[in-house]
Amino acid sequence: MPLLEMKDIVKEFPGVRALDGVSFTLEAGEFHSLVGENGAGKSTLMKVLSGVYPQGTYEGDILIDDEVHQFRGIRDSENAGVAIIFQELSLVKELTVGENIFLGKEPSSFGVINWSELYHRTAKLLRDLNLDIDPRVQVGNLGIGQQQLVEIAKALSKEAKILVLDEPTAALTESEVETLFAILRDLKARGVGMVYISHKLNEVFEMSDRITVLRDGKTIGTHNAADLTKEKVIELMVGRSVGNIFPECHHGFGERVLEVKNLTAYSIDAANKKVVDHVSFHVRKGEVLGIAGLMGAGRTELLMSIFGAWPGKYSREVFVEGRTVNLDSPAAAIREGIGFVTEDRKRFGLILDQTILDNMTLAGLKRISGSFLTNRTRETIAANGPMKSLRVKANSPLTVAGTLSGGNQQKVVLGKWLLTNPKVLFLDEPTRGIDVGAKQEIYAEINKLAEQGLAIVLVSSELPEVLGLSDRVMVLHEGRVTGEFVRSEATPEKVMAAATGNH
Amino acid sequence: MAETKESKISTTALRAYVMIGVLALIWAYFHWATGSIFMTPTNLSNLATQMSVTAIIAVGMLMVIVSGNIDLSVGSVLGFAGGIAALSMTTYEFGLVPSIVFAVVVGILIGLFQGALTAYLSIPAFIVTLGGLLAWRGAVKWLLGGYTVPVSDDTFKAIGNEYILPAGGWIIAAIAIGFILFMAYRNARSVKDYGLGEANYGGEMVKAIIPIVGVIAFIWVMNSYRGIPVPVIILLGVALFGAFLTNSTTFGRYLYAIGGNADAARLSGINNKLQVLKVYALLGAFTGIAALIFTARVGSAAPDAGVLKELDAIAACVIGGASLMGGRGTVFGACIGALIMASLDNGMSLLNVRDFMQDIIKGSILVIAVGLDMFGRRGS
Repeated sequence: MPLLEMKDIVKEFPGVRALDGVSFTLEAGEFHSLVGENGAGKSTLMKVLSGVYPQGTYEGDILIDDEVHQFRGIRDSENAGVAIIFQELSLVKELTVGENIFLGKEPSSFGVINWSELYHRTAKLLRDLNLDIDPRVQVGNLGIGQQQLVEIAKALSKEAKILVLDEPTAALTESEVETLFAILRDLKARGVGMVYISHKLNEVFEMSDRITVLRDGKTIGTHNAADLTKEKVIELMVGRSVGNIFPECHHGFGERVLEVKNLTAYSIDAANKKVVDHVSFHVRKGEVLGIAGLMGAGRTELLMSIFGAWPGKYSREVFVEGRTVNLDSPAAAIREGIGFVTEDRKRFGLILDQTILDNMTLAGLKRISGSFLTNRTRETIAANGPMKSLRVKANSPLTVAGTLSGGNQQKVVLGKWLLTNPKVLFLDEPTRGIDVGAKQEIYAEINKLAEQGLAIVLVSSELPEVLGLSDRVMVLHEGRVTGEFVRSEATPEKVMAAATGNH
Repeated sequence: MAETKESKISTTALRAYVMIGVLALIWAYFHWATGSIFMTPTNLSNLATQMSVTAIIAVGMLMVIVSGNIDLSVGSVLGFAGGIAALSMTTYEFGLVPSIVFAVVVGILIGLFQGALTAYLSIPAFIVTLGGLLAWRGAVKWLLGGYTVPVSDDTFKAIGNEYILPAGGWIIAAIAIGFILFMAYRNARSVKDYGLGEANYGGEMVKAIIPIVGVIAFIWVMNSYRGIPVPVIILLGVALFGAFLTNSTTFGRYLYAIGGNADAARLSGINNKLQVLKVYALLGAFTGIAALIFTARVGSAAPDAGVLKELDAIAACVIGGASLMGGRGTVFGACIGALIMASLDNGMSLLNVRDFMQDIIKGSILVIAVGLDMFGRRGS
């Protein structure tokens, strides 16, 4: 008897059938991964399970321990033992770890909170999970990885039988991922069933008992992990054989387009803490320079400081095509031909309420339109270029950016920077949270741009991505360069050793 | 998929139609309830004059709100700039032109000061301008010694009370129609110039009919009384300028970008701080202009001139569809919002609705209007 059974779930949105008769089972103590491209229906299925979409808005049955459940909201599903950790963190940053974990169910009598009980129970919970986190610290003061672990602790405090994790490792460092997986293995041993949604197939294969692939709202298949390979899973996800997802490409390099010397940047919070420490590098015309490193290695800070956008203190010398340039603001950097596809497109890249057109022309507006007057026609023509070449899937440039899928949003951000006519393009986590198909298109575009002579600096947390695309890899560890490898020498082992400081 | 595009475009258009529809309902009701007094040339002329002070400030406020900021001090600044102009006209006898310049420059300087505190020192706009609300009101009282200062100069008073001769009205109409036709021609032409298809001159001309009829009707109604009131001419100038800035300039686009996502705007090379400083200076200038009309209309500067004007202006923007979170709103909407507020004032006065009742009704309508808007947005 399965712990959870979802039978023939159909969920429709206006004009779209998001789930088309999906069935899914989960055994007690099983680790079951749910994979598929963005828009395949994974998150929708989990929202049905958690009561985010209440009974009556979908068809099909949910059985837990062979008993049909109808959830009117998240409360109901929680009472039935389902706990979900969503992609976006749902913690209140101003509250402490303990307050967050017990939010809405504080131990109290007559409405008066028993603080010592709350914090003692929090401390015990964290200790059981082997987490070294102070229950009284404000969540906002924790790193993003630790916040994720607090979120998991919160879900576990509800004594869940079924734990759903939606991309939980996107923001975690290697060691935090290990901590998380240790916790999950322990939970598995205790009989908790886990549904795991992730784009990181390495993790999926490391942990899963079974893997279910969704595509276009349909179940493509459920298999034992041992019977599958990564290539096979990708093939099932995209519905075609993909071969090597990193296109081969050979191009020569020209002169140094960008050179940075002695870049040192300091933390925003602690003015004396160096987050980047005397880093120097260069990138040549037509070259892809990968910057590898773990979370907190200073990669984003490095790019932000070159770009004149780091809010903390920093110092560096920058040369563009051999000339010393003074990049005191993003505007100056753009003028000198630097484009910056920032990480976290929703926060730093896009104005979600505005159209593709408005987003794409924003950074290059004065170049496209003229410095005072805007010109809609010229903007439309300009935006149509990247919309076609990047194959943004939207019926018109007037589609609102927030309604696009992650991959298409990322293409809009990339298009925005191509319209500034850059000589150097920074890409910070350009494929985070987007599906395999869109990833492949972006990889192909990166290679094409390099072949056309653009110098590219690529930051990515996904090692295969850095290794697959870069002509040269620079590795950072705690703000310092701990290794540099040309393509032929860059093996995962060497890069990872440098990234963890074991070089 | 084609559905998304259509519905997005029509949402914006729909909002405008709904607002105009609501306005028409309000007018029809008052016309009926007042026994056909409301929609007479005399009353409509009064109404247009009455809305102008609020609407001029609302145009500037709209741009501040779009950038994700707020200004609570405009009522007090209006009083202060009006006081400066009145003293300059009477006690110091600087004459008309310098007095006008002083009022506008004072508005700009205050805008720059408060804008700098907000943009460069990162003090929240709400706090800076709440302080301004108190401090500038105190400054007016100090400036005027607590007394009302009458201004008797007829040229000055003309700013608030005179009319453009009917012939002048028709000249303005001719210029406006010429401009509308020119824009229609240019629109049709640009389609061809940029190789997007054939120029459809006929279609563009048909689309120009509604605004042209509007212009003629407006001038005809105004001329049926005494011509276009001077404050209304000034309002039209300010509103057109505001619409031009928000729709057709990089500055306007940057305001929407900053209000929509300040981080994304900054990383796209926009100098957010400078744009915020500029928008406050602009609101200051408009407030100075509004102060001149206000002072001229009343014929004096008073210590309590402009009290609560900031709330009228913010309400006009919000009724007109602006979001206080920033990134959303139009000058057209803000003007219609101001007209709706002024229509309620005017109609309820004609009906002798008691003062306190007027406040209760206006307050309720503000909340209902925004409530319906939020409800509609959630539905879509």
